[in-house]
Amino acid sequence: MDHRIIDQQLDVLRDKILLLGGATESAVQRAMQSLVERDSDLAKQVLEEDKIIDQMELEIDRLSIEILALQHPAAHDLRFVISVAKITPILERIADHAGSIADAALIINIEPLVKNYVDFPIMAQTATEMLRSALDAFTNEDAQLSREIIERDKEIDKSYKRVFNELLEMMIDNPAATTGAAHLLFVAKHLERIGDYVKDICELNVYLREAAFIKHSRLI
Amino acid sequence: MDNKISVSNLNFFYGKAQALYDIALDIPEREVVAFIGPSGCGKSTFLRTLNRMNDTIPIARVDGNVIIDGENIYASGTDVVALRRKVGMVFQKSNPFPKSIFENVAYGIRINGIHSSKQDLNDRVEKALRDAALWNEVKDRLNTSAFGLSGGQQQRLCIARALAVQPEVILMDEPASALDPIATQKIEELVVELKRDYTIVIVTHNMHQASRVSDRTAFFMLGKLIEYNKTEKMFQNPDQKMTEDYITGRFG
Amino acid sequence: MVNTIMTSLTAICAVFVTFLLLMIIGYIAVRGFSSISFAFLTETPKPVGEGGGIGNSILGSAIMTLLAAVIGMPVGIAAGVYLAEYGRNWYGNTIRFVADTLIGIPSIIIGIFVYTLVVLPMGRQSGLAGGLALAVIMIPIVARTTEEMIKLVPTAMREGALALGAPQWRVAWNIVLPAAASGIATGAMLAIARVTGETAPLLFTALNSRFYNYYLDQPMSSLTVQIFNYATGPFEVEHAMAWAATLILVGTILVINILVRTVTKRRH
Repeated sequence: MDHRIIDQQLDVLRDKILLLGGATESAVQRAMQSLVERDSDLAKQVLEEDKIIDQMELEIDRLSIEILALQHPAAHDLRFVISVAKITPILERIADHAGSIADAALIINIEPLVKNYVDFPIMAQTATEMLRSALDAFTNEDAQLSREIIERDKEIDKSYKRVFNELLEMMIDNPAATTGAAHLLFVAKHLERIGDYVKDICELNVYLREAAFIKHSRLI
Repeated sequence: MDNKISVSNLNFFYGKAQALYDIALDIPEREVVAFIGPSGCGKSTFLRTLNRMNDTIPIARVDGNVIIDGENIYASGTDVVALRRKVGMVFQKSNPFPKSIFENVAYGIRINGIHSSKQDLNDRVEKALRDAALWNEVKDRLNTSAFGLSGGQQQRLCIARALAVQPEVILMDEPASALDPIATQKIEELVVELKRDYTIVIVTHNMHQASRVSDRTAFFMLGKLIEYNKTEKMFQNPDQKMTEDYITGRFG
Repeated sequence: MVNTIMTSLTAICAVFVTFLLLMIIGYIAVRGFSSISFAFLTETPKPVGEGGGIGNSILGSAIMTLLAAVIGMPVGIAAGVYLAEYGRNWYGNTIRFVADTLIGIPSIIIGIFVYTLVVLPMGRQSGLAGGLALAVIMIPIVARTTEEMIKLVPTAMREGALALGAPQWRVAWNIVLPAAASGIATGAMLAIARVTGETAPLLFTALNSRFYNYYLDQPMSSLTVQIFNYATGPFEVEHAMAWAATLILVGTILVINILVRTVTKRRH
């Protein structure tokens, strides 16, 4: 029978986390947009909406604990609730990093244009795509896709190193651009962290599907 | 750890109707194994083949091997009385004898001639009652009728009675199903304590009880053994879909 | 409305039955009471007009009933135990059928049977033959009630004992029998009450006697046969004694039944 009491609650939980995922994706994407397009109003919006994301996290926490306490989920249902409970704070932290990017945008946008952000948009795009794929892989319980995304994190790490070096050179060559460049360094760091968090989400997707913890292991 | 009980090719018939199909499993020493499954799946019937209690049913027929400590208990010439001393049983509804608390526990000791003196008998009765976590509640009224005890206490008395004959294996057929939650908890704690010294097999219709107390779980459906695994695997990531459906409540 | 009518009807029937019983006992009491005296209870019959009593009849009945119990109870109980514990086969079914049939046979036929087997070879009627006839009546009753009482002992209790390593005979002896004991005793007492009232089988087997007789190989008097004799005699004074003896007999049976009720009630 597919209409167990717990099914209704699991469906609500699933809806909520997908909403949270969408909101987080949007926050990252718009935060970068506010930087690249120098749109401070957009940045302010992102910061405002972070409060909504925090609320969603609290609701999901409450519901997942309630399901565990009252419904005694087992096997797949259990792994699902645990995955949701662990992915939710990760998404909230990704959103926080998006907020920090928006903060940085507010400052950078006032400074003169530092460079045409060649690698930035690519780094940002990779991160946003990875996040979207990770959320799809969660919905579809796609362990293979999750493993591929974990591999892609290496690309972000490489981009980060390149951007870091370029910005350092820039600060040396053009001391007037130091403030802007320093803030951009932080933005790059935030993007790199977002990549790491997406990797964590993918490890949890694999747990959900295969009941195996691949975190902290060199073999995937 | 050696296997205390090893079952293979076990088929069971009530007259012409087959109730168990080709069951095979091994029960290691000093562990708790739980048998779960929907009503009528054969778990109690299977439990009762382990101490030949099904012999009391005239149309019952067993075909296959149940090897305990290296000997097949269905071989002709098996001493069934000695088997039942070694493999004790506690039943779903407690069934104390209409005798005093002391005499209930002493019965098994007396008929098996285990004790060496009156003092020895008293000591053994006390030990059994202590092991069943009942001594403190009854020590001042050993000569009163067993029926004066509450349901949970009567069940612990039945456990003490079984322990008094010094079995090696204890079979429990839904021992807590007639009890309230607190009495149930006491029985469960007792099971976990007892497994230090005894091999325990417990049939339960309550999956959570199985997940709380057992080391391994066997899932039966319609007379067949569907899955037998360590409990932590069974409840987090079972191998068979049917098992998963059962433990997540997907069947009516 | 219909409910009230039905309730009243059934109540009236119940009252009627009780009334009938009380009437019978009352009538017997009224007719018989005046003839009861110590002499009546202890003396032997004397020629008409000289008084006399039923002392030897009371003793005779007691002896023969005792003999019947001594033979009938162990045999009946043992048979009952066998039937309950081991009698689930064709052999047990046959015995059960035979017992049920025996219970239905008119007691006079039992009397004739014992006459042929015991009285004829012995050459005379005797207390022994009388007791035996009563025993033959008792055995199937006791066997069947014992069997039923044993079957009432819950299987759970037996299984508890079996699971401890008790062989079947032991389970029967020290768990089942004690648990069924009061039920079996009730059955036995009711069987005794039944045979106390038997007349026909004693007619050919024990005959009757005018004397106190302590020997089983001689004819022995019994209350029931004596009542028969007095009631069918031509003299009024004999009829009075018949009523008195009946009162004694009915009184005894009543007392046994009341005893059985009290004992069973106390158990619960």
